[in-house]
Amino acid sequence: MSSHTYELTHLEALESESIHIIREVAAEFERPVLLFSGGKDSVIMLHLAAKAFWPARVPFPVMHVDTGHNFPEVLDFRDSTVEKLGVRLVVASVEDSIDKGRVRERPDGIRNPLQTVTLLDAINEHQFDAVFGGARRDEEKARAKERVFSFRDEFGQWDPKNQRPELWSLYNGRHHKGEHIRVFPLSNWTELDVWQYLAQEEIELPSIYFAHERQVFRRDGMWLAVSEHTRPREGEEIVTLTVRYRTVGDIPVTGAVESAASSYDDVIAETAATRMTERGATRADDRLSEAAMEDRKREGYF
Amino acid sequence: MELLRFATAGSVDDGKSTLIGRLLYDTKSIFEDQLESIERTSRDRGDEQTNLALLTDGLRAEREQGITIDVAYRYFATPKRKFIIADTPGHIQYTRNMVTGASTANLALILVDARNGLVEQSRRHAFIASLLRVPHLVLCVNKMDLVDYDEAVFDRIKNEFRQFATKLDIGDLSFIPVSALHGDNIVHRSEHMPWYDGSSLLHHLEEVHIASDRNLIDARFPVQYVIRPQAQTNHELHDYRGYAGMVAGGVFKPGDDVVVLPSGLQSRIASIDTAKGPVDEAFAPMSVTIRLADDIDVSRGDMLCRPHNQPRVTQDVDAMVCWLSELPLSVRGMYALKHTTRNVRAQVRELDYRIDINSLHRDETADGLSLNEIGRVRLRTTQPLFIDEYRRNRTTGSFLLIDEATGTTVAAGMLL
Repeated sequence: MSSHTYELTHLEALESESIHIIREVAAEFERPVLLFSGGKDSVIMLHLAAKAFWPARVPFPVMHVDTGHNFPEVLDFRDSTVEKLGVRLVVASVEDSIDKGRVRERPDGIRNPLQTVTLLDAINEHQFDAVFGGARRDEEKARAKERVFSFRDEFGQWDPKNQRPELWSLYNGRHHKGEHIRVFPLSNWTELDVWQYLAQEEIELPSIYFAHERQVFRRDGMWLAVSEHTRPREGEEIVTLTVRYRTVGDIPVTGAVESAASSYDDVIAETAATRMTERGATRADDRLSEAAMEDRKREGYF
Repeated sequence: MELLRFATAGSVDDGKSTLIGRLLYDTKSIFEDQLESIERTSRDRGDEQTNLALLTDGLRAEREQGITIDVAYRYFATPKRKFIIADTPGHIQYTRNMVTGASTANLALILVDARNGLVEQSRRHAFIASLLRVPHLVLCVNKMDLVDYDEAVFDRIKNEFRQFATKLDIGDLSFIPVSALHGDNIVHRSEHMPWYDGSSLLHHLEEVHIASDRNLIDARFPVQYVIRPQAQTNHELHDYRGYAGMVAGGVFKPGDDVVVLPSGLQSRIASIDTAKGPVDEAFAPMSVTIRLADDIDVSRGDMLCRPHNQPRVTQDVDAMVCWLSELPLSVRGMYALKHTTRNVRAQVRELDYRIDINSLHRDETADGLSLNEIGRVRLRTTQPLFIDEYRRNRTTGSFLLIDEATGTTVAAGMLL
C-alpha cells in the first residue's frame, strides 16, 4: 500500500472487508463453522480466517460435505491443510446420508444435489449457528442477489424475496434457535481477484487447478475426467489432453478446460482473457435449468 | 488498482439496464455463456432485442414479472480500477433498495431520460444520495439520440438539476450527456456531441478522486474481537493480547497515545499487527490488530481514539432514519440497535418530523413512519454510544434498528 496517499489496492480492500466479516461472526455467534472443500474459494476463505485471528488459531472448525466423488488430489490437500493450520475437520458424508435412508441415490449417480440434506443434517446435529460459504456474487445470477449475512429458517431455506437489507458494514446476524446464518465473506470477489490474491499471497492449491495430462471424454460440451465414478458411455471417446480445472466440485459434474497454464501468472492471463464464466464452462449442475442455482439455494444449498 | 463502488438509480424505462449492459459489454465483462443465456431467454420471451436487464435480474420471480426486486451487484474492471455496481431498482421498494446501495457507494449515478427531463424519481434519488452522503454524484442525461443530441436540452436539464441540488448537500456533481443504446459518451467521447467537452462516463469513473473522501482526521477504532492465543502451545505468545478491528477513521501509528472508551483509561499503541507483520500506520478501512503498552481491560464494543479527539459519548441521539420494514415505526417502541461493534437497545422517544422526499417538506404532525419513509427521530439508548455525526464519518455515524421479535432490520439511521 502506498502510505502517502492512504489508498488501498483493490485486493487489500477486499481482504480487509472479508477479515472484518469473519471476525464479526467469531464475535457474535456461538458455533460457527467454515465450509471447506479444498476448492480455491474455500482455500482463500480459510487463509483469510487464519489471518483474521493470527497469531491465535482459527477459533472454529471447518466442515467438508463429502459426496464420496472427490478428486483424490483434493482430498489429500484438504487433510494436509487442516493439519497445518491445526483446525478441527468435520466430515459430513453423503454416503452416510444414503446409508441412513435420508436421501436416495439418483438414477444418474450425480450426488451434488444430495449434498443439501447432508449439509442441513450436519448443521442441525452440530448446532452450527453460522456457516461460512465461499460463494461469490459474480459466479451466478442468483448469487448476485445474496446477502453477506444470509438468513436461513429452521428448514435451512433461503427466501430471496424477503431478505434483510444490508447497509454499510453493519451485519445483522439475529436468529432464533434452530435457524442459522450463511455468511459469504467473498461476496465481492471476482474470479480474477481470487487468482490475483492466490498469486500475491502464494497460497497453495490442489494440483488439479494447474495444467496436467488427463484422460477425458466429451459429454454435454464438457471434458469430464475418466474415474471410478465417471465412465464414458457408448460413443464417447477417451482422449488424453492437457487440462486444468477452473472449479472443483464432484468428478461427475465438473468439467476440465484445455489449458497449458501451469503457474499463477499463466492462469491469471487466461482468466483475464476468458470469454466463459467459470460455472458456465465447467459445471453441469448449473445447467439443469435457468434457475437451477436459485432452486437449490432456496432448499438450503451452499 | 483502486476499488470504486457506485450505485445506479433511475426510473422505469430510462435505460439503466442498457447503460449497465453497455459498460459491462464494452469493458468485456459479459461472458459468452451469459450472453447466450440471455439471448435465448429474450427470444423465448418474444423480446425484440436482447434484454440486457436479464443479466442482473437473476431471480425467477424477477424474470417472470419482468421487474427487479432486489439490489444486484455487478463487477467489472478496467486497467485503471475495479468497479462494484450496486444496481438499485427504480420502481418498487425504491428507497429501501437505493439506501442499501448508496450506503457503501463512493459515487451515485442517476439517470434521466432526455425527453422527459427531471421527474419526481430523479429528485428522490438525488435526495437519497445526499442523505446517505455519497461523495460524488453523476447525472447521466440518457437517450440524447432521441433529442437530436441537442445541447439546449442537456443544458436545460442540467440547470434545473443544479437549482434543485442547492437544497441538498452534494459534494461533487457532474453531468454527462449519453446515449447508452448507441454508446455515446459511455466509453469514448461521442462524435455526435462536439459541444460537450467533459469526460466520457467510463473515463469519469476511472478518474474521479476518491482517496480523500475518507476521514483521515478523527482516529476511531471500534474493538471487534480480542485475540488471546494464550492457551496454545507457543509460550512466546502466552501474554499476547491484541485488539482486532477495522479502522473507522483517522490514522493510527505505533507510539500514539490512545484513550479507551467507555472506561477512559489511557495507554499507548505498542504495535499494529497483521498476519504479514507489523505496520507503520493503519487507516480506514484496514483490518488490523492493535496492541497496547499497558495491561488494561478492553473488550468488544469499546473504542480506541486519541485523547484530544474523542467522539461524543451519549445515550441520547438525534438521527435521520430510513424506514425499511413493513412493520411501521412506533414512537415509544423498543428496538435493538447496532452501532459499530456495539449492540444496545434503544427507545424511540420522539419523531420530530417526517420528510416528504419529493418536496423536501417536513411534516411535524407525523406520528409514525412506514416502509420507505424518512424522518428525524430522537432515541434513548440503554448504554452509551460513541458517536460522530454521519456527515463527518459514515462508519461511526451510522446504525441499524432491528425488530427484537423477528430479528429483521427495520431502519437505517444516520446520526446528526
